[in-house]
Amino acid sequence: MLTDAPLLVVENLCVSFRTEGGVVPAVSGVSFSLKQREILGVVGESGSGKSQTLLAMLGLISSPNAVVTGSVRFLGQELLGLKRRALDAVRGRQIGMIFQDPMTALTPVHTIGNQIIEQIRAHERVSRAAARKRAVDLLDAVGLPSPGSAVDRYPHQLSGGMRQRAVIAMALSCNPALLIADEPTTALDVTVQAQILELIGRLRDEFGSAVILVTHDLGVVADVADRVLVMYAGRVVEEGAKGQLFREPLHPYAWGLFGSIPPMHGPRPSRLTAIPGSPPKLSQMPQGCAFGPRCVFRHEACVAQPSLGGATGHRSACFLPEVGRQDLRRTLAAKAVPA
Amino acid sequence: MLAAFVSRLGQMALVMFGISIVAFLIFFATPGADPSARIAGRNASQETLAQVRHDFGLDQPMPVQYALMMKRLFVSRDLTSFVNRGQKVVPTVLQAIPVTLSLVFGAAVFWVIGGLIVGVVAGATRGTWLDRTLMILSLIGVSIPVFWLGEVANLVTQSRWHDSFLFSWVPPLGYIAFTDDPWGWFKALIIPWFTLATLYIGLYGRVLRASIIETMQEDFIRTARAKGIGERRVLLRHGLRTSLVAFVTMFGLDFGALVGGGALLTEVVFGLQGVGKLTYGALQTLDLPMILATVIYASFFVVMANFIVDVAFVLIDPRVRDAH
Repeated sequence: MLTDAPLLVVENLCVSFRTEGGVVPAVSGVSFSLKQREILGVVGESGSGKSQTLLAMLGLISSPNAVVTGSVRFLGQELLGLKRRALDAVRGRQIGMIFQDPMTALTPVHTIGNQIIEQIRAHERVSRAAARKRAVDLLDAVGLPSPGSAVDRYPHQLSGGMRQRAVIAMALSCNPALLIADEPTTALDVTVQAQILELIGRLRDEFGSAVILVTHDLGVVADVADRVLVMYAGRVVEEGAKGQLFREPLHPYAWGLFGSIPPMHGPRPSRLTAIPGSPPKLSQMPQGCAFGPRCVFRHEACVAQPSLGGATGHRSACFLPEVGRQDLRRTLAAKAVPA
Repeated sequence: MLAAFVSRLGQMALVMFGISIVAFLIFFATPGADPSARIAGRNASQETLAQVRHDFGLDQPMPVQYALMMKRLFVSRDLTSFVNRGQKVVPTVLQAIPVTLSLVFGAAVFWVIGGLIVGVVAGATRGTWLDRTLMILSLIGVSIPVFWLGEVANLVTQSRWHDSFLFSWVPPLGYIAFTDDPWGWFKALIIPWFTLATLYIGLYGRVLRASIIETMQEDFIRTARAKGIGERRVLLRHGLRTSLVAFVTMFGLDFGALVGGGALLTEVVFGLQGVGKLTYGALQTLDLPMILATVIYASFFVVMANFIVDVAFVLIDPRVRDAH
């Protein structure tokens, strides 16, 4: 396999739901691509469409009222509209998924070992004993204490952190080329969070998987991601390499996001900047730029829908002129610091 | 585990003891239910009444009477009916038990299989015409009175079309012992089985469908789908398996009640001399020893069924296992 060829290409992915009040868009025109072994962080507030994007990619939106359009190509294969059987050959085998809440993500009536074995045996012709041995090894690899006995435990007998490790072990059981983690640390203690993140970072090195890490925690992204996607109201508003994006964010929404993190160095701001207002309701999306109503730099051009543009490698969806944008950002940041 | 089992058995014995006392008190110590008056017959003289009272031990204190009754019921087993003199109660009940058990066991097999199929298929095809059709059929099944369905079945198979090739195999109404003629037993009971099971197939199908639909919204179903194991496995191994609790609870209650005499209507319609019919007859003539025997027998099965349900819970839900 060529390492340069993108592993995953998502183009113009849209998810909308038919409701009584009309069609409500949850994800609009999301496009991105992912290289082998790359860790992509997807950040955004709750309801910004992060989870729906991931679920749509794997055909996991079960609502009969959902409409998914666009294109998701994984290793050249189009996943959207794929027959269930063909999709099941990819899911779990080449793409592993970790869910947000480990407390409810495992079937309560089967041991974690059996749930892992089930996945291995669904994709590979191996004996039960061999699959079981691999399940124990996996549980060991994700740092579950005494994996030999943990394999026969039921989910309710494990703590949240241990369950999340079990879920991760399950997602990794078939050496997937891509691991999708939907807020894997949200439901966990901070100490456990750090361990799980470290684990996910290590997995890329040991298993060679690419990772999509969805979170609303910027600290998490700063820790592990190579590249970052910022989402707002169902759209990608900024995309770039982590260092660059954290150093010089381009989108006013991202400025707000980063402004909300207490700085570790320099003068202490009197108060953290908050983004005024609240995210738009999906059913009442404003005309043009969805961030417009909350943006201090809103101007005439913003009545149109901005598209993702700019230099390759760091793009944003904003009408502000690129030249001088960083000055605007610094002015805004300076306001927060007492004179 | 063994300790839990033994303590459970102790509880069952205690419950049955309590039931036997309550049943005894209701029928023997309730004012106006003077058994001696019933035994002696109408317009009996005071001397005869006193004689009967003495003969049957009814002039003894209550606890002694109770102990005497239990001894004659369980130890010497020579308790006789007050109404049909000389008819021994225990053998009569023992004779009726296989009839009722055959009827209810067979029907249970049908309704469990039928309920599972209806529930799973309807739950999996929610909102489609298949689901709607199954639910309408279930509703009809639940609504049809069992005696009416039984009578119609009899009308068709015993009289109208009995001579056609369709139903000429149907034996006349009544019970054929399994030990005498297994095939005859099957033929005699197949129509009663379906008749009794119809209501429960509808009921269980609807409950299971609702339970499966609820379970299929759970997060772990999404996890299972993401594993790429195929929808059938997701539905059966994860959805159905987790939905079985309500099903098993209902089964325990219904099965116990039916074996305990609740299948009376079916027994009457098909001329099966089962426990339900026996109890009904005994109640009509206020045949106290017979009532006592059938009530204790029924309580045994209800308690037993509950015990089996608890064991089944332990088997199907590991969370219950750890709670013990």
